[in-house]
Amino acid sequence: MTLSRTFAIVLRHFYLVRGSPARVLPLFAWVAIDMLLWGYITKYLNAVSAAGFDFVPVLLGAVLLWDFFTRVMHGITMAFMEDVWSRNFLNLFATPLAISEYVSGLVASSIGTSLVGLIVMLVLASAIFGLSFLSYGAAILPFLLVLFLFGVALGIIGAAIVLRFGPATEWFIWPIPALVSPFAGVFYPVATLPTWMQYISSTLPPSYVFENLRAIISGHAPSVTALIWGVVLAVVYVLLACWMFVGVYRHSVRSGLVARYSAETVS
Amino acid sequence: MPNVLSVENLSKKYGDTIAVDGISFEVERNEIVGLLGPNGAGKTTTINMVLSVLEPTSGSIRIEGIDVARQRSQALDCTNFAAVYAPLPGNLTVYQNLHVFGLIYGVKHLSARIESLLEQFELERFRNLKSGVLSSGEQTRLCLAKAMLNQPHLLLLDEPTASLDPATARDIRTKIREFAMRGLCGVLWTSHNMYEVADVCDRVLFLSHGKIMLEGDPKTLPQDHGKSTLEELFIAVAREPLTLERV
Repeated sequence: MTLSRTFAIVLRHFYLVRGSPARVLPLFAWVAIDMLLWGYITKYLNAVSAAGFDFVPVLLGAVLLWDFFTRVMHGITMAFMEDVWSRNFLNLFATPLAISEYVSGLVASSIGTSLVGLIVMLVLASAIFGLSFLSYGAAILPFLLVLFLFGVALGIIGAAIVLRFGPATEWFIWPIPALVSPFAGVFYPVATLPTWMQYISSTLPPSYVFENLRAIISGHAPSVTALIWGVVLAVVYVLLACWMFVGVYRHSVRSGLVARYSAETVS
Repeated sequence: MPNVLSVENLSKKYGDTIAVDGISFEVERNEIVGLLGPNGAGKTTTINMVLSVLEPTSGSIRIEGIDVARQRSQALDCTNFAAVYAPLPGNLTVYQNLHVFGLIYGVKHLSARIESLLEQFELERFRNLKSGVLSSGEQTRLCLAKAMLNQPHLLLLDEPTASLDPATARDIRTKIREFAMRGLCGVLWTSHNMYEVADVCDRVLFLSHGKIMLEGDPKTLPQDHGKSTLEELFIAVAREPLTLERV
């Protein structure tokens, strides 16, 4: 791997974001709106529910972490889609750039864009609604790690789908987090779900994060085993996603799709 | 020292359709080779395989003796291309595009190299303009500047002057010619402008139905085959390739 090539992909995305308010605004606007919406919902719930239970760390904390995961995933697919929209595949893939360098560049770009969102969310949630990451203790680090890795995995899978099936499949990529959320137990314990959904939930790394988040708020110790399992599962997803992307890329090179991508098919 | 480009028995099939049919050729140092042929003859398919964005069905491609299939990054390190159908991203400025691709190609002293290319291709006044707002001729010059960034040993040019006015096209031909003669570079050039080909190329390959039908010096090849100009020969190859195959 050559770092300068990975840096080139990051720099390309930085140039695009820097020069475009339409790209800067979504980095923080939607997560800020989410914080306000869910912040006031939690305040209202605190006001009408039995005294003693604080909804802020349970609901607002969950929304914050879920939005972070979504930003990571969308950060990767957005950086990838920039190459789709500017028809840049031929220019990029006819260079010495290796697929690992390209994907690393997408991930690094996403780290930057998702950090902006995370910081904005943290500032709003703590300043307006008194949410503190300290309330989760040291477990916040594996929480963020699991969600980051799973976001990376789904982002790469999303990019692979668009590379394989063409730009029109973009509509399918953006709602993936919404598709996953009912199974991940973001807002309710996994035990609430029917058995078949619980099986799916057990294969999703975020479900281990949100189960532990609720356990900590209820005054229980986090399950170290569950968190380790969540990290391992997330790493497996990342590896599978990379394997899938490389497979799709090789198929595209074999079939001629990379060279004629805008056609969406070579048949 | 190996040839800049060696292609052996290269084929590409899409199902039952044969796009490139077992072609072999070389490009030597300081040589400009014209790859000619009618639309659909297999020129762009061949270039795409050399650039490693299309996997051959069979055959081998070596750039500077490096097998493209096995050591893709090393082979493409010393290669570059410009094609009329591959403009640089229009949402980056001229400078940004050159900077990003310069990093990808690992160009040393990148800023100085970019400045030199901006001057050489008369792009200085556009440096902070988005590439998408440039005229097609200016975009072509930008693509050529990108293609020269890493001072490639193999330069692939797919109709590089297609959208240039005659005066600019002549200047660009001169620049590419000088570039090819100065260093260790070899150029593979496709064009439908036979005047340009005769002017620039040391050798031409006529491709039709995925096969190389003729090969030779563009200045003497028409007479060798009973035609008065390269254009006449081109039309004959395009219309009756089988007749010429027997010549």
